[in-house]
Amino acid sequence: MLTHTGSVQPAEGVFSATWLLILLPLVSAAVLLLGGRRLDRAAPIIGTIMPAASFVYALVLFITMVGRDAEARAFSLPLWDWFAVGGYEVSVGLQLDQLSMAFVLLITGVGSVIHLYSIGYMAEDDRQGRFFGYLNLFVAAMLLLVLADDFLILYVGWEGVGLASYLLIGFWQHKDSAAVAAKKAFVVNRVGDAGMSLAIMSMFVVFGTTAFAGVFPAAAEASEGWLIAIGLLLLLGACGKSAQFPLQSWLLDAMEGPTPVSALIHAATMVTAGVYLIVRAADIYDLAPAAQTAVVIVGAITLLMGAIIGTAKDDIKKALAGSTMSQIGYMMLAAGLGPAGYAFAIFHLLTHGFFKANLFLGAGSVMHGMNDEANMRRYGALRAAMPATFITFAAGYLAIIGVPPFAGFFSKDRIIEAAFGENFLYGFAALLGAGITAFYMTRVMLMTFAGRKRWAEDAHPHESPSVMTIPLWILAALSVVGGLALLYIGGGIVDWLEPVTGEEHHELPIPAVALTGIIIAVVALGIATAWLVFGRQPVPATAPAGSFVTVAARKDLYGDAVNEAVFMRPGQYLTRSLVYAENKGLDGAVGGIAAAFGGLSARMRRIQTGFVRSYALSMLAGAAVVVVAMLLVRLP
Amino acid sequence: MSPTAYLVLASLLFTIGGVGVLVRRNALIAFMSVELMLNACNLAFVTFARMHGNIDGQIIAFFVMVIAAAEVVVGLAIIVTIFRTRRSASVDDESLLKL
Repeated sequence: MLTHTGSVQPAEGVFSATWLLILLPLVSAAVLLLGGRRLDRAAPIIGTIMPAASFVYALVLFITMVGRDAEARAFSLPLWDWFAVGGYEVSVGLQLDQLSMAFVLLITGVGSVIHLYSIGYMAEDDRQGRFFGYLNLFVAAMLLLVLADDFLILYVGWEGVGLASYLLIGFWQHKDSAAVAAKKAFVVNRVGDAGMSLAIMSMFVVFGTTAFAGVFPAAAEASEGWLIAIGLLLLLGACGKSAQFPLQSWLLDAMEGPTPVSALIHAATMVTAGVYLIVRAADIYDLAPAAQTAVVIVGAITLLMGAIIGTAKDDIKKALAGSTMSQIGYMMLAAGLGPAGYAFAIFHLLTHGFFKANLFLGAGSVMHGMNDEANMRRYGALRAAMPATFITFAAGYLAIIGVPPFAGFFSKDRIIEAAFGENFLYGFAALLGAGITAFYMTRVMLMTFAGRKRWAEDAHPHESPSVMTIPLWILAALSVVGGLALLYIGGGIVDWLEPVTGEEHHELPIPAVALTGIIIAVVALGIATAWLVFGRQPVPATAPAGSFVTVAARKDLYGDAVNEAVFMRPGQYLTRSLVYAENKGLDGAVGGIAAAFGGLSARMRRIQTGFVRSYALSMLAGAAVVVVAMLLVRLP
Repeated sequence: MSPTAYLVLASLLFTIGGVGVLVRRNALIAFMSVELMLNACNLAFVTFARMHGNIDGQIIAFFVMVIAAAEVVVGLAIIVTIFRTRRSASVDDESLLKL
């Protein structure tokens, strides 16, 4: 059952420079952020070439890795000793195995495409140096996260991702809503980070080390209570970064950032970190079934919540954000199923990276042509005005709802199968989510590209420049063939990840073919329902009142309201009462003493008249007192 | 010899000087009164020296004279300067130096 990477070898040859993957984007981030405005013109070029170079190097590594035996594909590369306290030593090192390799390719590949797109999207912005610097920092931090060989190093990347997301969500900080959204993302992520750091501390207590190589082999000997605790704390950390229930509230507000940032956060970096963490810590979760169940439940709740929220949003980016929550929920659910699901979680993560980046960049292209209008009720009939955006968006759409043979079909189908293999309830939640996904994505599609024009009067939709459409074509191609290619070429991703994640197959209650048929039927039902509501009749330009479900979904299922009532209001009352006590109690005492001395000195000041003769008199009086005192003392 | 007469004279002179410092406004008069007090002290020192038959008191009297001479130099300079700017030698005018 134990599934850790059994044979990690010292890095050699082309692998001995794995650190270059992180260093390239990091260097350009440093150059662009320190270089200031002088580099604004060169920034898009520098900022895109460096991650692309990182991607090329990753490809070289990947091809070399494929050429080796399955048992000899994992490498460790110690870099330097960081610090030693007592018996606890932390050395900075990288670990490149099949799992990290998949992530590195996704981060640098999709990341580079998004950088390329940003050249066009941000062309009008006057702070490009900073923007590309932050993007590169984001990529570098995420690479450090997936390449670390020690939970403490992973944590450095983890925090770097949090910082970069904060900077990018609030990139247009002149807008209040963007500044608030950035703060919200940061604060909610801190809650998750607290769980993460507690998990690392627990590891240190239990295992005496935080290195992967020390923790995972020793997990079998640890008590189950500790393993469950570590598993739940890691899950809390994963919930923060991956926007899973109950820490999901930041993701929808994070749409305030520029659209390429949303694409980067939702497809290549950030939200995938939580899934990575769970899969990486497989050895701990496999021995703590209670924590695994928690992961599955969190995933199932989030996948349904995200899907329901997605059905009601009129803002195209927020509808897509709801779908991200939902799809990450699928991955968490799969990751919680243990060895039966790890590979499928990563599989879905990769295909999701393709089609979600495609959808977000497509949405950005639409907004670009519509004067930054994001309300879908103001769209309609854009199919003719933006043919390239329409076709690529349609590819992403077919991929996300799981129409064969597009990418999402294979990955989602496998997850639903694995969920049914584990438990009927899990499978049912995943199946229901697939139906709702088909409904809300069809709604987005119909409201944006079909129907009548509902444009604002000054809108003149036009196709985006080719620097923006080329990335769309690349990602659309990946959305079409990505699933098929990942699943079947050379044994596919399941065999590729097997040495890291292990493999296990549960018996399905019904034949797999029948289940696939049911999934496709449910998806078709979702599409048909959406067509009946939004395709057959015209879409009103202002949102109708809607049922209570719609109202709740528009308000993110009251996630913010709950946070406000449970955490924010009591917190405010607490601070207010503390401020009151501080003002009246502490400040009163300190201020009172100061005021007393002030009043006293104002009186004492009167004695200093400035007249020399009065000083002389007081001196004489003093001398007389001294003399009298001496006489009195000596007389007897 | 009886020191009484000398000491009475010394205290008399000291009192005159002290009252002069306190009541007169003219800086020069106040200055002279200070000198008078110093010299009253000198008289007392010399008297006691004579009474005890050693020269300690006389030595101190010399010191007092030297200090007094130095003080006169500085003090007169200040008085003259103030007189030049204020056209008066009143000691109360110096209260302007106070903030």
